[in-house]
Amino acid sequence: MRWGVLIFPGTWSHQDFAHVFQDVLKVDWGYIWHKDTSVAGYDCLFLPGGFAHGDYLRCGAIARFSPIMDAVIRFAKGGGPIMGSCNGFQILCEAGLLPGALLRNTSLQYRCCWVHIRTENCDTPFTRTVPPGRVLRIPISHGEGRYFAPPETLARLREHDQIVFRYSTPDGHITDEANPNGSLENIAGICNEGRNVLGLMPHPERASEGLLGSEDGRLLFDSVLTAALRR
Amino acid sequence: MFEARIHVTLKKSVLDPQGDTVRSALASLGFQGVNDCRIGKFMVVRLNEREMVKARAQVDEMCRKLLANPVIEDYVFQITEVSE
Repeated sequence: MRWGVLIFPGTWSHQDFAHVFQDVLKVDWGYIWHKDTSVAGYDCLFLPGGFAHGDYLRCGAIARFSPIMDAVIRFAKGGGPIMGSCNGFQILCEAGLLPGALLRNTSLQYRCCWVHIRTENCDTPFTRTVPPGRVLRIPISHGEGRYFAPPETLARLREHDQIVFRYSTPDGHITDEANPNGSLENIAGICNEGRNVLGLMPHPERASEGLLGSEDGRLLFDSVLTAALRR
Repeated sequence: MFEARIHVTLKKSVLDPQGDTVRSALASLGFQGVNDCRIGKFMVVRLNEREMVKARAQVDEMCRKLLANPVIEDYVFQITEVSE
């Protein structure tokens, strides 16, 4: 199983993913440059955080038209697992692979801190081995992470059980105080209807080692590995 | 040649914290009658095109595909003919 880490000009979290894959999980992985046109040979794709193309116009708006994105969209349509974290989540929304959009935090502040997210849906390749309701401690680092979707889209997300993570208190309560950016319904992460594409604002790659204060992020990567072993 | 002046703004249903902050700043300056303030983007695009109809269609397509995100934003534009 080989994992691909996408790099756009301005991506900044790719080395954190690479470090976790290389040194912690010891999985086979490779970088994929945004000008590449194929993702052949990869079994799982990761869109890291950062400021792809400077986040000019809107976060992810230009990256969505990078040459590699046609291959990414085909990979998603074929059921391939994709995780977009932070800027990667924004790109997946702009590309239409996930519904909704990420807007400026209501605080107007860039928030870089630890948050808690409650696992709402365990039926994705990234959460399959996470116990339902499990609260994860993972950092965020963004200025535009306020999840928004029109009421009818939000209703569909609920109906199809596509809300994967919600910001919560450490003991799993969904409160306004636990919401770091003003996201609707405390939404921190969602998946597509096919459940193979996950987008989340928190950074699991920065919480995959005890040395860094939390290993909770690793659960998402372990989940993909476990699913692969079962196949 | 045509010049399009494009305004992109957040939809009314979308919270605009920047606009709210500017509105309170205006209030603290004494402009008490400001009911609402919305922040948006203004873009000027020049096109090498001879026909107004075609220029208009192109700008509309640009807005739908890239310049505005229909999930969160509305757009309006005016087109005028300009000299080279």
